[in-house]
Amino acid sequence: MDMTTAPGEDARPILSLRNINMTFGGVRALKNVSFEVMPGEVHCLAGENGSGKSTLIKVITGVYRPAAGAEIVFDGAAVSSMTPGIAQSLGIQVIWQDLALFPEMTVAENIAFQTLSGARPRFVRYPAIRKIAEDALARLGVTLDVDRPLKDFAIAQRQIVAIARALVGEARIVFMDEPTASLTQSETDHLLAIVHTLSASGVAVVFVSHRLAEVLEISSRLTVLRDGALVGVYPVEGMTQSRITELMTGRTFDQSVRAHDISRNPVVLSVQGLSRPGEFRDISFELRRGETLGITGLLGSGRTELALTLFGMRQPAAGTITLEGKAVRFASNRQAIAAGVAYLSEDRLALGLNQPQSIADNLVMASLNRILSGRLISPTKKRALVSRWIADLGVKIGQQEDAISTLSGGNQQRVAIAKWLATDPKVLILDSPTVGVDVGARAGIFEIVARLAEAGLAIILISDEVPEVYFNADRVLHMEKGRMAGWHDPRATTLKDIEAAVYA
Amino acid sequence: MNALATRFNAIFGADMAGPFAALAAVLIVFGLASPQFFTAATFGSVAFQLPELGILTLAMLLPILTGGLNLAITFTANMAGLTLAWVLQANGGADAGPGAFLLGSLLALGVGAASGLVMGLVIAFTRAHPILVSLSMMIFLRGLGEFLTRGGDISGFPGFIAPIGHGSLLGIPVPLLILIACVLACHVLLSRSKLGFSTYMIGSNIESARYSGINTRKVLVLVYMLSGAIAAVAGIIMLARFNSVRIGHGESYLLITVLACFLGGINPFGGFGRVLPVFVALVVLQLLSSGLNLLGANQHLATAVWGILLIVVMVLRWASAKFIKLTK
Repeated sequence: MDMTTAPGEDARPILSLRNINMTFGGVRALKNVSFEVMPGEVHCLAGENGSGKSTLIKVITGVYRPAAGAEIVFDGAAVSSMTPGIAQSLGIQVIWQDLALFPEMTVAENIAFQTLSGARPRFVRYPAIRKIAEDALARLGVTLDVDRPLKDFAIAQRQIVAIARALVGEARIVFMDEPTASLTQSETDHLLAIVHTLSASGVAVVFVSHRLAEVLEISSRLTVLRDGALVGVYPVEGMTQSRITELMTGRTFDQSVRAHDISRNPVVLSVQGLSRPGEFRDISFELRRGETLGITGLLGSGRTELALTLFGMRQPAAGTITLEGKAVRFASNRQAIAAGVAYLSEDRLALGLNQPQSIADNLVMASLNRILSGRLISPTKKRALVSRWIADLGVKIGQQEDAISTLSGGNQQRVAIAKWLATDPKVLILDSPTVGVDVGARAGIFEIVARLAEAGLAIILISDEVPEVYFNADRVLHMEKGRMAGWHDPRATTLKDIEAAVYA
Repeated sequence: MNALATRFNAIFGADMAGPFAALAAVLIVFGLASPQFFTAATFGSVAFQLPELGILTLAMLLPILTGGLNLAITFTANMAGLTLAWVLQANGGADAGPGAFLLGSLLALGVGAASGLVMGLVIAFTRAHPILVSLSMMIFLRGLGEFLTRGGDISGFPGFIAPIGHGSLLGIPVPLLILIACVLACHVLLSRSKLGFSTYMIGSNIESARYSGINTRKVLVLVYMLSGAIAAVAGIIMLARFNSVRIGHGESYLLITVLACFLGGINPFGGFGRVLPVFVALVVLQLLSSGLNLLGANQHLATAVWGILLIVVMVLRWASAKFIKLTK
């Protein structure tokens, strides 16, 4: 292997894909996509959530099998059918956002994991494992105590462990899925330095991300996907952040700030000094009628934990919650729902909706008492309630009895919102409502949010995408490590300023 | 043909097609094979044998729908039967009055529900696996029953109890009437009540049900209590039919009830399935066994045929799912 090849005209790509098509249950996730990586280059694969980035990686690593006609060429040799095993033996490594490490095992065991696995029973030789781990870390210019369990380390260090593991697997291309999503600025800088080292040693690195500022600094080329199709491949030189956003979303940035003055509206929810050890501390705010309060912050900022506490699924250790002037203490979310608090979960697949069950059953799940006649559920009332909300929120469905999993992400989310609106809430907490929703359908979700706020509903909008809260909320609360880090008024600040504060 | 299928599905539901097809097949095959099959005697024997298995199957069905299982149903049934038997004995044995029977029956239902309550509480609060929890309850009840009865029978009950096991009302066997009442009650419970709705939701995703404000623990406890109480009904019928109670009665029914649920289209992992197809599936199983009996086949062979039937059903289901996918 030529370790010094620099990306150039005459170099042969280490990996090249052509005619990649992928369909899931009628939805075309990838449409005729092609993709190319040169040896040793730092490449950026950009696209919004749902644009097909993850699907493409799963095709490359053999997790998904693309439709007939696909061509995958690795280092000049065609790969007729990729499997995870082949991908690994070729040196294609992926570092997923969740890192896929073993928290209870030591750093050494995590790094040397692949040399440990195998069908034949063998004794584990710990000195050898430590050596492998220390060598891999040394290549990255990092020292860690390899005998300590991984759970002792912060997320940034765990990421380094994941990279070291990829190196042990003789990596030639490393994909990094949203590698900077949960890192601070200095941790990100450190990561970028490591990427530099990797690239210099001939390993190609592909960043998969929708937040590009820092990544752009060291990438040479950029591939943009939108709605499962290739938008184009561009040299990074001369690219601007706004041009990339334009390429990713397919529209010029004409979004305007929706924030308006709500300070004269009556207070619906008031939170004073709310704390839960290890999750969040001393949170105080007021939420007014018709207000959309945005809460943003990185992973681990305590946003979701705070929401679950307001929703009664966790109990605060200190502080008070006042709903419409009355102090409340919810023992369960049933009490919260009855009092008028609704919570749309960030995890629509596992918690927000009951995927195998029907659209109708999902929609009425939280408001069964409204469709009873006597002690029994009235099929007529149920049908009427479902029809009303389906029409009201513009959900596109076939039959009410179809499983909700047959709907697109955007339509599923509309049903999930309808489920909570049917409970007649006073406060609606939306936790990352656009996760897994197609780019085109997101605007529709936020139009619903705006309409609900206009009708007087008090809304808490949680998102780790700063632009979402910037454009759609009246005020933005920035949380960091469980504390309130600052308030921002979208009418008085720029998106850049808030992003700088959040990703600092 | 297609229009016919659509009409059928509209009236009975798509999940009835399989059980009805099996019913038709059994009737045709045995009708041709044995001239005595279509006689009152055949259907009489089916009508008297079906209820115990049928009611026990209902007791199994409810926990399965929540994604669980109740392996203690037969021993719960007999423990309830023993409760009734002791109350009768304490009140004069064969001379006991209807009051003693009523009291004993209520206590029997209470014992059944209590067995379910304990399992339900453990499952709901510790999240222990229902197989292990109900298996422990099953072993506990068997051991307790054998200890209390020293492994023997209790018999000698007043004559007025016999009709519950052997009598007929307007030409319909009383146990069959009790079964039909239980089937209808379970049908309404599952299709129309909040508890039934929650049972399905918990079965396919308990966490999403909890996030939607369903009291998942309460539902689990109630479902296991109901399961235990229904098993107790089966216990009372067995007492009346055999005129005796033994802790090991009907032990072989246990796994058959699981299979009957499966044959009736209940999702073995919970969340989906209805009572009526299960009822038809039970009739098929019983007709099959009675029909083979009529042909002079060995009783054990009949059991073997049940096993074959279930394997065939699994393969056919796979094949029809494949066919539907292809034609779409």
